[in-house]
Amino acid sequence: MAKVTIPIGPQHPALKEPASFNITLDGEKILDMIVKVGYNHRGIEKACEQRTYIQDMYLIERICGICSHTHSTCFIQAVEEIAGVQMPKRGLYIRTLVAELERIHSHLLWLGVAGHEVGFDTLLMYSWRDREIVMDLLAMLTGNRVNYAINTIGGVRRDITPEQIKTTLAQVDVLEERTKYYIQVATEEITLIERLSKVGTLSHDDAIRLGAVGPTGRASGADIDVRRDDPYAAYADLSFKVCVDNHNDVLGRTIVRVSELMESYKMIRQLLKNIPEGPVVVKVPRKIPAGEALSRYEAPRGEDVHYVKANGTDKPERVRVRAPTLANVQAVAAMLKNGYLADIPIVVAAIDPCFSCTDRMMVSMKDVNASKENVIDWKTLRKYSIDWYRQNRGLDLSKIKISKRW
Amino acid sequence: MHYVYDLFCILVFPGLIFLSIFGVIAEFIDRKLYARMQNRMGPPWFQPVADFIKLLAKEELIPEEADARMFKVLPVFAVAAVVTAFLYIPLWNTTSLYSFNGDIIVVLYLLTLPTLTFFLAGWYSTSLYATIGAVRTLTQLFAYEVPLFMGILCPAILADSWSLEAIAKFYSEHPWYTLFNLLGFVVSIIAVQGKLERIPFDIPEAETEIVGGTFTEYSGKLLALFRMAIDIELIVCAALLAAVFLPFGLSMAPITIAGLDIEPAVSFLIFLVKILAIIFVMSLIRSIFARLRIDQMIDFCWKYLAPAALVQILISFILKGILIR
Repeated sequence: MAKVTIPIGPQHPALKEPASFNITLDGEKILDMIVKVGYNHRGIEKACEQRTYIQDMYLIERICGICSHTHSTCFIQAVEEIAGVQMPKRGLYIRTLVAELERIHSHLLWLGVAGHEVGFDTLLMYSWRDREIVMDLLAMLTGNRVNYAINTIGGVRRDITPEQIKTTLAQVDVLEERTKYYIQVATEEITLIERLSKVGTLSHDDAIRLGAVGPTGRASGADIDVRRDDPYAAYADLSFKVCVDNHNDVLGRTIVRVSELMESYKMIRQLLKNIPEGPVVVKVPRKIPAGEALSRYEAPRGEDVHYVKANGTDKPERVRVRAPTLANVQAVAAMLKNGYLADIPIVVAAIDPCFSCTDRMMVSMKDVNASKENVIDWKTLRKYSIDWYRQNRGLDLSKIKISKRW
Repeated sequence: MHYVYDLFCILVFPGLIFLSIFGVIAEFIDRKLYARMQNRMGPPWFQPVADFIKLLAKEELIPEEADARMFKVLPVFAVAAVVTAFLYIPLWNTTSLYSFNGDIIVVLYLLTLPTLTFFLAGWYSTSLYATIGAVRTLTQLFAYEVPLFMGILCPAILADSWSLEAIAKFYSEHPWYTLFNLLGFVVSIIAVQGKLERIPFDIPEAETEIVGGTFTEYSGKLLALFRMAIDIELIVCAALLAAVFLPFGLSMAPITIAGLDIEPAVSFLIFLVKILAIIFVMSLIRSIFARLRIDQMIDFCWKYLAPAALVQILISFILKGILIR
């Protein structure tokens, strides 16, 4: 067969959201690939500037249907930091509980999608059935299966009862049993391993260079996790392991995700055991004092970053969202180099992409202001961030080694 | 009268009409089993019929670039080939409708034709997805066809005949000899999975990669015919495997109830059970594996299936020397 270029997307059965992959093929081998995102721009950042902080929280929750708690928490953390709120411990624990339940539901969902992409529909049906357990738990705790709306500025909207704690613990046991089975499937089923192993390899150096985050980075040996490195909510009180794998391929990403599930169960048990008594929310004035804050959050897909600038009114002046997929999507082209057409769906799915979260307006510095003062070079930026962390969080990050290339 | 009987056989029973109905039932059973193994409810019994009727009612779209005549003829050709193949397979007793020495080769050849029509259908569609599906269909054909032929011809070596009728007769006289062909049975049932383009070998129509594969451009009645051809192919493959590898239950002593000989009816039921058992195994394979990549599939077929089939041939030759003098 001669060289052909096939379009996968913007509309394609393999894609759950619009994105375009133009692939040049020589038979079954991939020669070249062009990734285009931006079919799902909804103008959320701009809309945020016209709404109050409380309204924004509900809007931002709708950035993503799967990691909705991620975005709302990340945003609310930035707002609370500007307002200087002294957070109630119990509220933080409940926030963390919902966050971990969300991670479980997201990872189980991913496992099913991965199964479907390699034609293993039985895995899809099984893992999505078990995902119902965690969806029911979320519905019980928050009132909603998705877009939980549990957060509010200064805490959470609902308390949890002892009965709910009991039910949650019982269901987490069931989920743990099932997850052990999935770990067995992922590490022992022959055809699945054939399809996942040595596919979409991303070397450790490439992962660092391309800025891969979350399970995608961790499967390439990049030991990064915001929950441990820059603890937020109640994570500082929890003991857990950051799952790192050195397979560098899709199998590694699968193993990282299923082992993260086990860590999540551990965390939920700790949270429910040690949850302190007290109020779940404190009152915060509607007007947030002027200031700016950047908030980090370890979403199921990787590090999520929100930036909020307040101007003293009840509406933010600027909100900026960087979803984890934006950090990971760059790596896809590197993963697919010398790959096969048949591997495209699973390799794309392996970063757990969420294109509607990703699609933001992009204005490069060059367009807005060509003057040099606005461009910060890497060294200055690094020094700034180390100083910032020392001052504001009391963390010393100067020991972290970075690649020589910079 | 002779011609009327022939026509009845070809068109009604056990020909086209019976096969279509049985094919639809088999599709339902396959889908239901697949669903139950996946912990789903599965479709209601009339779902395949409803799908068929729905497709018949849909508009037929033929791509402008496609060769319209070939595009329309190919589905009919596929159905005709599989229905013809069925006529040579012994069903409820050791005699098939039509038989001659070498008919096992003809059946295998007729079963290859639908695959070729799938390839041509994809090729004449001129769509990119369909073309890639077509190339995959043909690539896959070269991988599974040789192990399948060797696997199915092994019982013929032991029976010392190239006619399905004679093979069935031989094995119903020596039912235990069937056990020597177990390896060939396993090889064939895996290879048939490739012929029917089912998981783990559903590479030509991998929906997450190339949309609908070869059938991407097909719609309406033409797609319905292709779907029917695939359903019937499932039956024919299962029947062929049953006839060659599971020949028990043929030519029993007459069973009479109220003066009527119901032996043919009982044998026919046994035949249905055998086919359903094979469909069950195929559904099981379909639900416990992931889809392989085309290169892995070819590797698997040539590295494991073909040598296994060769071992079976060797066993057959040695046994032939020992058992039959």
